[in-house]
Amino acid sequence: MADTAVKAPKEAVIKFGKKERKLLTDPLNDNNPITVQVLGICSALAVTTGMKNALVMAIAVVFVCLFANVFTSLLRKAIPKQVRMIVQLVIIAALVTIVELTLKAVAFDSYKQLSVFIGLIITNCIVMGRLEAFAMGNKPYESALDGLGNGFGYGIILLIVALFREVLGKGEFFGIKLIGPTSDYFLDTTAITWLGWYENNNLMVLFPSAMFVIAVLIWAHRAWNSKLVDVS
Amino acid sequence: MHSTTRVLGFVFALTFVVALVLALMQNGLKPIHDKNEALYSKKATLAAVANHIEGDFASITDEKVQEIFDNQIEQFVVNNEGTIIPSDDLLAMGVKEGKAENLDLTKEQKKSADERLRPVYIYTKDDGSKYYIVYTRGKGLWDEIWGNIALEEDLATIAGVSFDHRQETPGLGAEIKDNKAWASQFIGKKIYDGTGNYTSVGVIKGGAKDPVHEVDGISGATITADGVEEMLHRGLKAYEPYLNTLKG
Repeated sequence: MADTAVKAPKEAVIKFGKKERKLLTDPLNDNNPITVQVLGICSALAVTTGMKNALVMAIAVVFVCLFANVFTSLLRKAIPKQVRMIVQLVIIAALVTIVELTLKAVAFDSYKQLSVFIGLIITNCIVMGRLEAFAMGNKPYESALDGLGNGFGYGIILLIVALFREVLGKGEFFGIKLIGPTSDYFLDTTAITWLGWYENNNLMVLFPSAMFVIAVLIWAHRAWNSKLVDVS
Repeated sequence: MHSTTRVLGFVFALTFVVALVLALMQNGLKPIHDKNEALYSKKATLAAVANHIEGDFASITDEKVQEIFDNQIEQFVVNNEGTIIPSDDLLAMGVKEGKAENLDLTKEQKKSADERLRPVYIYTKDDGSKYYIVYTRGKGLWDEIWGNIALEEDLATIAGVSFDHRQETPGLGAEIKDNKAWASQFIGKKIYDGTGNYTSVGVIKGGAKDPVHEVDGISGATITADGVEEMLHRGLKAYEPYLNTLKG
């Protein structure tokens, strides 16, 4: 996809060259907000008990990251330096409220499960970090790519953590029974899914397990990506 | 550095625009939000009799929920003495349409138990059998839990339950809502013993011993399970005056 975009004629207003591609892919790997910058850990612990919650949260953060970056970038020359943090916060809070209201209208069940955590996107340091570090000094198009990239970088880790926690903690995947006996509390031994002997690990459902999973992910990420070894 | 006037001007303008957008959005979506909220609680009520509704209840459509509520549900409100409150009185109290489904249950919970009003839903199955769905509310580990309990026509056998919670731990306390197999244990349990004394249903850590009056607890969620037991004991007891009027 990117290769064809590189060859696009120079007069194109929106170009997608090496630099732009880097903006989008860097946060996925070399500069991942969670595993490399270690930001947004709080929500990564909270919403990763199930894949569905993690997915909805990831989409919400991508949306907020993208538009907060674009709006801040559009306003970057007008925002008075003394109050720039407050202004950024207002933009983020407004977007998060929009997400919350929309979710309440179109996906009420997810809204019920995530309501508190959606509000907490406001305090997610990834969003604010990108606004302060990138959108305040770059054009809207680049900021949009940066926002998308960081949103995806956050989302992908969220989904990986949720995968481990849901499968090992509840024996389910997107709420569908995958491994272990059909139910812990029901003495119906006839209905058994894969690995019927598997006993759900309650620790995986609790928040500390997310800490372990993220730590292992960071370790694995560094072992695999040699560029990261000298970063810190 | 910008001048103070410029800063204030910018902040006011931004706040104004943001407030306007959010207010418009909130107002525009309010009817949909209210509808979703109402359907959500109707679905929770019907979930107590899920076994007696045709088809897979997990994939029931909103239209079907509304249809059952319109045609097969009779709803009213009772007070602590078991007297049915007339619809007009409810209207006067500010309950929309004088219907039990619009009773503000959070507000009722704040009243003392003697003054509390409680909703009753009677579901009539296609074959004519009736199920009495009552509502109760209690405390879990972190916050409130509540449930709808359906009783069979003998007013002593549980036909089904559906629980919900504000913020119990997913995978542990939240299993009272998420684990349908756990909730289905309540089906067929009796709330009176052989001599007619009220017993409610116990939620027992380490496994139920009395198959008629007890169900298994949830490992790792003892406090939530105890909350369910307490809520059932108190909640069903509170409906006793009303249930006794039915027994004649």
